Amino acid sequence: MKYIDEFRDKKVSKHISNKIKNLVDGQDKKITLMEVCGTHTMSIFKAGIRSLLPPNINLLSGPGCPVCVTPNYYLDKAIAYSRLPFVIICTFGDMIKVPGSSSSLEEEKGSGGDIRVVYSPIESMKIAMENKDKSVIFLGVGFETTTPLVASTIIKAKEEGIKNLFVLSGHKLIPPAMIALLKSKELKIDGFICPGHVSTIIGAEPYSQVAEEYKVPSVITGFEPLDILEGVLMLVNQIVNGTESKVEIEYKRAVKKEGNIKALSVMNNVFYVSDSEWRGMGIIPDSGYFIRDEFSNFDVEKNIDVKVEETKEHPECICGEVLRGVKIPTDCSLFKFVCNPENPVGPCMVSSEGTCAAYYKYGKD
Amino acid sequence: MKLIKLEGEIGIVELSGVKKEISLSLLDNVKKGDYLIIHAGFAIQKLDEKEAQETLKIWEEIESIE
Repeated sequence: MKYIDEFRDKKVSKHISNKIKNLVDGQDKKITLMEVCGTHTMSIFKAGIRSLLPPNINLLSGPGCPVCVTPNYYLDKAIAYSRLPFVIICTFGDMIKVPGSSSSLEEEKGSGGDIRVVYSPIESMKIAMENKDKSVIFLGVGFETTTPLVASTIIKAKEEGIKNLFVLSGHKLIPPAMIALLKSKELKIDGFICPGHVSTIIGAEPYSQVAEEYKVPSVITGFEPLDILEGVLMLVNQIVNGTESKVEIEYKRAVKKEGNIKALSVMNNVFYVSDSEWRGMGIIPDSGYFIRDEFSNFDVEKNIDVKVEETKEHPECICGEVLRGVKIPTDCSLFKFVCNPENPVGPCMVSSEGTCAAYYKYGKD
Repeated sequence: MKLIKLEGEIGIVELSGVKKEISLSLLDNVKKGDYLIIHAGFAIQKLDEKEAQETLKIWEEIESIE
C-alpha cells in the first residue's frame, strides 16, 4: 500500500457521491459545511468535489490558511525587523509576497533586507550557526501542525547553546476560531470538515466543544478525493439522521483520538496559550501560542525592540470576510483584475492555500 | 513518504525516488519501512496500515451493495 492511488478511485467516488445524494433526496434544506484547512480548500477544487455533491450541499472555506489569518500587525512587525541591519529573517515562502500596511517582505528583500525562505524551521537554526554576528528571526506562522516543529527547533537550539536565533510567534489554534465563528452567528454552519494534519497532532478531543456544546457535527477528514467525499457523507449522515452531534474521524489511518502525544508535549513545553488577533476576526480568546518564560531568550519580542508603523488595511480587500465564510472571493471588486497571484492585494490571494488563490486557479466550479 | 533509513532523530524518507532528510524528534516508535506524514522537515505522524485497510474495506462494501 502506498496510501495514494487507493484513495483516488473514481468508481468509489461515484458510489459515495450517490450515497450522499440518496441521504439528502427529497430534502430542500440547505446544508452548509465548512472546511477550516487550506489544504482541504485546494483539494476540494482540484478534485472537483463540488460537482459530485447535490446542489443543496454548500461547501464553504473558513479561516484555515495560516498566512491568511495572520494580521497586518504581525507582517508590519516582521517587516520592521527585516529593516534592522543586523537581522536575517527566515520564513516559509508563502509569507514573502503578503502585503503589510505599506510594504512586503519581498519589497524589503529588493531593497537589501536579508530575507531567506526556508523549508523547515530547522534550517533557521543552521543559518544562525553560520551567521553568529547576526540575529536570525524565524517567522513562526502556522497552526498546531507547525507549532511543535518550531518548539522542537527552539529546544534543540537551547541544547546547542545558540544565542542568536529568535522566533516571532504568530502561531494559532484552530478550534477556538471555529467556536468564534459559531458564537458570532454571522452564518449558519451545519457541519465542520475538520483539518487532517492539525488533527494528527491535537487528536479529536479539542473539537468536542463544537460538537457537544454548539451541536455542530465535526468530522476529521483526510485530503484525498475519497476522504473528502467520505467526510461529507459522515457529516450529512449526522445532520440528516443523527440524534446527537459528535466528533468523528474519517482520516483514521493518520489521526489517533489522542493525537500525537509526543508532539503535544514538546509544543506545550515551549509555548503557552493566550488570546490572539486574527485577520478579519479580531482577538479570539485562547487562540494563540506564545513562548514561555523558560525560553524567553528565543522570543524576539522580549529581546529586540523595534518600532512598528501604524497598521492600515486595504479599504476594498474583503479577505477578512472571506476567512469568516460570509463572502466568497468572487464577491470582491478587486478579484482577478486588480488582485491576482501576480499582484496580490490580500493574503488570501498570495498563499497557495488561500481561498482567493483557489478560486483564481481553478475557477468557481 | 516511506522511511528508508534512520539514525537517532534523523531519518531519510523516499517518495518516487526523491529522498529527503527529516527530523524524527516529534514521533516515537518509528521503524524502517513506516510511511510517515512529513510537514516542513519533520515527521508528524505514522500512517496506520490496519486503519487504512479498514477504510478501504468500507468502500468495497459500499460498492458491493449498490
